[in-house]
Amino acid sequence: MKKKKPLSIGKIIMYVVLSFWALTTIYPIFWIICNSFKAKNLILSDSFSLPLGDKFTLSNYTTAFERLNIFSAYRNSLIISGTVALVVVLLAGLASFALVRYRFRLKKFVYSLVIAGMMFPVFSTIIPVFKMLNDIHIANTPNLWLSLLSVALPQIAGNMSFAIVVLTGYIRSLPIELEEAAYLEGCSAYQIFFKVVVPLTKPSFATVAIFSFLWSYNDLFTQMFLLRLPEQRAITRLLNELTAMEGTNYGLMASAVALVVMPVIIVYIILQKYIIKGMTAGAVKG
Amino acid sequence: MESSIYKKKRALIVFLVPAFLFMAVFLYYPFFRNILNSFQSIPSLGAGSKGWNTPWYTNYVKLFQDVNMRRALINTLIMMLVTIVGQVGIAIVLALMVDNVGKGGKFFRTVYFFPIVISATALGLMFNLIFLYDKGMVNQLLELLGKSTLTDWKDSAHALLVMMLPVMWQYVGFYFVILITGLNNISEDLYEVAAIDGATRWQRVRYITLPLLHNVICTCIVLAVTGSLKVFDLPWVMFPKGMPLGKTWLTGTYMYYQAFNTNNVDYSSAIAVLIVVLGIITSKIVNKVFKEVEY
Repeated sequence: MKKKKPLSIGKIIMYVVLSFWALTTIYPIFWIICNSFKAKNLILSDSFSLPLGDKFTLSNYTTAFERLNIFSAYRNSLIISGTVALVVVLLAGLASFALVRYRFRLKKFVYSLVIAGMMFPVFSTIIPVFKMLNDIHIANTPNLWLSLLSVALPQIAGNMSFAIVVLTGYIRSLPIELEEAAYLEGCSAYQIFFKVVVPLTKPSFATVAIFSFLWSYNDLFTQMFLLRLPEQRAITRLLNELTAMEGTNYGLMASAVALVVMPVIIVYIILQKYIIKGMTAGAVKG
Repeated sequence: MESSIYKKKRALIVFLVPAFLFMAVFLYYPFFRNILNSFQSIPSLGAGSKGWNTPWYTNYVKLFQDVNMRRALINTLIMMLVTIVGQVGIAIVLALMVDNVGKGGKFFRTVYFFPIVISATALGLMFNLIFLYDKGMVNQLLELLGKSTLTDWKDSAHALLVMMLPVMWQYVGFYFVILITGLNNISEDLYEVAAIDGATRWQRVRYITLPLLHNVICTCIVLAVTGSLKVFDLPWVMFPKGMPLGKTWLTGTYMYYQAFNTNNVDYSSAIAVLIVVLGIITSKIVNKVFKEVEY
């Protein structure tokens, strides 16, 4: 319907403003990645130039790999966040399926419990959680696996409400006829869930998994409480210690930030559709 | 809705119990335990309670006498204003503009949302370099523009601004995406009718877009206000322990500090309770002020 009009002044101004904000979101990351390939004195005097020719160096990265336990931090983060994503998707999926398809007393109450779960800030639960995990010797132990588990457990609970809210929304929109057909073929409720519901709601399961993973990967607060020993540190905890350990080694800092950020950027570019949907869906519905 | 498949209720337990067990153990129980803790005496993190405080509300009296706590509260309230005006405000402007220019919506969405997926810890380190005194990005830029003296962005005069700016900046895209989704739900016909009636672009925004977006904006403001109570990572990395001179305390960072650095565990629990209460009160106020409108 709209006719093609030449660009008006108003539109040009709008494009300028929009591009300016886009610049503020992209440029700082670009800047820090560029500077991670430069020596410290250049970062402090000539930070806007591109790291080309003589200015290019990999020394920040070699120091980062030598001095920081980057790989073990990556591994710890992957274990924690992978566990969180998997368990959240599985348990929230099962619970959402039951909440949508079954009719039972207290259903309203159970649903309001889910909503309430989104209201508790982590500050208001962490101290008792720490005590519990400490009492059963999962937290505060030299055992790496138990320590990582201790971070994953509260994070699983923290993401559960959000996941249930998103997943119930999708499962509700599925036509029940397919499940009835499967039932007539002789499938049990469990088989219906895994063979009919899960395949049909794959995209929303992906959304929830990615969201939980990222949230856990980026969360510093829980790690601050529960990962005490240096070799147990996951990625954000390691970054947080960096200022204290290497406060003035700006090149190392830039390379560490780049190392943590780059995998996330790549994942974001590939999966942005799911990520944006996931991070806003729970918020709007809740 | 009810189907004969789902009459057998035994499966229900298998489906529901694991998820709710997790939430009961790691959310509901600790939440109430924390409220009890705030009235009790707890010698150290991970230790059991040593009985009730005398008087039992000691920690809550302390909340009102503690100078740092007052600073943290004031800063958190400022943070709320900054998030409402800065995050939601900027997001509204950007969303309306993207809606009006028509093209490039997908690009701006991707780019604006981008900072949210990056860990606030990494962003904190990045902003430490950007605002570095001798000489980070900002001071180098000012030098290129002809300024001869260096500004210490982390001194007590600038600290609050330098702490809040990155927090604000990071989440603008979040509200932008919510608002854009709301804008896409407004029917194109309304605009066309208005255009036929001779409404200018501004009038269309004022009398069609903004009223129809009212509820979405209300949701955004509630999210922004409760979100500003949860801020921790970025301020803690940029200004640990309320540096400089306790200027930058927020309720969240102060709660962590009391639990971890000074071992006032029960006092820390009281701060956490206050955070919850603040969240409830402020979101009630926002809902009152921006009452949901039915169309």
